[in-house]
Amino acid sequence: MAEIVIKGVAKNFGSFTALHSVDLTIADQEFMVLLGASGCGKTTLLRIIAGLETPSQGEVWIGGRRVDHLPPRARGISMVFQNYAVFPHLTVFENIAFGLRMAKLPSPDVDRRVRRTAGLMHIEQLLKRYSGELSGEQRQRVAVARALAMEPDVILMDEPLSNLDALLRLEMRAELKGVLAESKTTTIYVTHDQVEAMSLADRISVMNGGYIVQADRPTEVYRNPAARFVGSFIGNPPMNFLPAKPDGAGRWHVAGQSFAGPRTGGAEFAIRPEDLHPAQTGLQAEVRVVEPLGPHILITAQVAGQPFRALLESDHTITPGEVITLAPVPDRIRWFDPETQKAIA
Amino acid sequence: MPRALPYLLLLPASLFLLVFFFYPFGLVVVESLTRGGEWTTDNFTRMTGHWKFAPAFWNTIWLTAIVVPVQLIMALTMASVVQKLKTGRSGLLYIFAIPLGISDLAAGLIWLAIFEQSGFLNSILHSFGVIDRPTLYLGYQNMWVIFLAVCLAEIWRATAIMMVIIVAGMGLIPKEYSEAAEVFGASRWQRFTRVTLPLLRPSLQTALILRILMAFEVFAVVMALGGTSLPVLMGETFQWQFQLQDRGVAAAYAMVILGLSVAFSLVVLRLLHVPKGARI
Repeated sequence: MAEIVIKGVAKNFGSFTALHSVDLTIADQEFMVLLGASGCGKTTLLRIIAGLETPSQGEVWIGGRRVDHLPPRARGISMVFQNYAVFPHLTVFENIAFGLRMAKLPSPDVDRRVRRTAGLMHIEQLLKRYSGELSGEQRQRVAVARALAMEPDVILMDEPLSNLDALLRLEMRAELKGVLAESKTTTIYVTHDQVEAMSLADRISVMNGGYIVQADRPTEVYRNPAARFVGSFIGNPPMNFLPAKPDGAGRWHVAGQSFAGPRTGGAEFAIRPEDLHPAQTGLQAEVRVVEPLGPHILITAQVAGQPFRALLESDHTITPGEVITLAPVPDRIRWFDPETQKAIA
Repeated sequence: MPRALPYLLLLPASLFLLVFFFYPFGLVVVESLTRGGEWTTDNFTRMTGHWKFAPAFWNTIWLTAIVVPVQLIMALTMASVVQKLKTGRSGLLYIFAIPLGISDLAAGLIWLAIFEQSGFLNSILHSFGVIDRPTLYLGYQNMWVIFLAVCLAEIWRATAIMMVIIVAGMGLIPKEYSEAAEVFGASRWQRFTRVTLPLLRPSLQTALILRILMAFEVFAVVMALGGTSLPVLMGETFQWQFQLQDRGVAAAYAMVILGLSVAFSLVVLRLLHVPKGARI
């Protein structure tokens, strides 16, 4: 059992604050993804959990034990590094065995575990090679096998797929998901790739500027962003935002149209590009660019002087320069507070 | 033309080496194997037959065997400390490197000023009342003191060159390896022995070969501290060439030094060999 509890963890590097008092609970066997742009503090948080960085403040608990004062090896974790950190002077076998040897496991056990995890990652035939003789993908597999061989309670992954090319990344993603679900470990996975996050995670923690902005299931994070940042960061293309003017109690004027909205002082209208369809009445959009994407066409347009994107069925024929009317799906409209940038429920 | 260009550019340097290194080197080889215009091994027999050859040979070997390992350990320790520093790193490197800027003869003289009869060591011991009258440390009766003084001077003088090479080598090792080892349970010492040292092999090769060659050629420091009381190979070469005016035996000594250098370089290369594909 390895529930991870992070209580008020903060980290300063000199005068720069990388993390502002983060609180997060990760359930046993949960797959948690820390998602954010570079510099948002996600790697710092992972390194604090690993013990490679000391928090300036706060506590880290793993499996009911406070660990923030313990060295990494006493925390029951293993880790996959961004550049794999597969030791160049050791063979693949010795790389996978490294942690087991440090833990002074008897030799037959080391052998058994190395072969089992190598089998799991399909690298049995590489055990005698050195990392200089491996491709990026094979090194990646060695790094994961080395982490799994420890049979840890917690696996920490720091952008493990970011150095692979797109197709391999897709394959490895599916494979990782299967292997990790099998191993019943708690996983914390850092990435800046939202598709990776959506596809792997039980829950996603979206981070920005050293804060966790939202921690929820992928569909929830996508459908109901807790803050404007989440809507603009997740989704490709991201959410559209339009300013709204009050139009009587609970009604708002958006680009010349009236919508039912929250009863607050100010609000910003938001809609995802795929939640729009051409209709008789709706938002007037002046089409700038049309990009056919196969199943969909992506329209980049201007609505009330604001950039605006719509993802439409590919059977519509639309040409640049045209003015089209786009109607939002009513229950997919979201509202944000312009002051706090937070979602209005 | 573009294919030939690199060779053309290297040509002057190659010619220079051929003319000013290989040619004289060939002359020395010939010199060591001839006597009065005849091919002979007479020079080598004369050399080994002389009573000073064995002590000179073994003194050189022992000096190397003691000085180089001590320097290696010191250089690794100093490099690890320097590596950890966040500020003042280059300042400390400069301080460590100061002895490098002093010629070996000057280094010998500095240590002579400490150990000689009217030297610093005697004055200090005398002023503290430890001794009544100055002691003669570097006399031929106290060979081991001369030997120790030479060791000290050599260590003081030439550890920095190893350290500089090792610091550069350590800088090339990505931090992730040490972190990975830490996560997978290696203690600080294990990280050093199982990750840093093996990854440092190429730099250790360079540092050790350079340093061992220098150690076999030890001369000026020994001359300054012990004169001819402590014979070494290079000192004997000098003696035969200039005091005894026998170029043939001097050349034979030079060949012995060369042979030792080549043999030990090969041993170091072999011991610290990094298999293909196992490099950073």
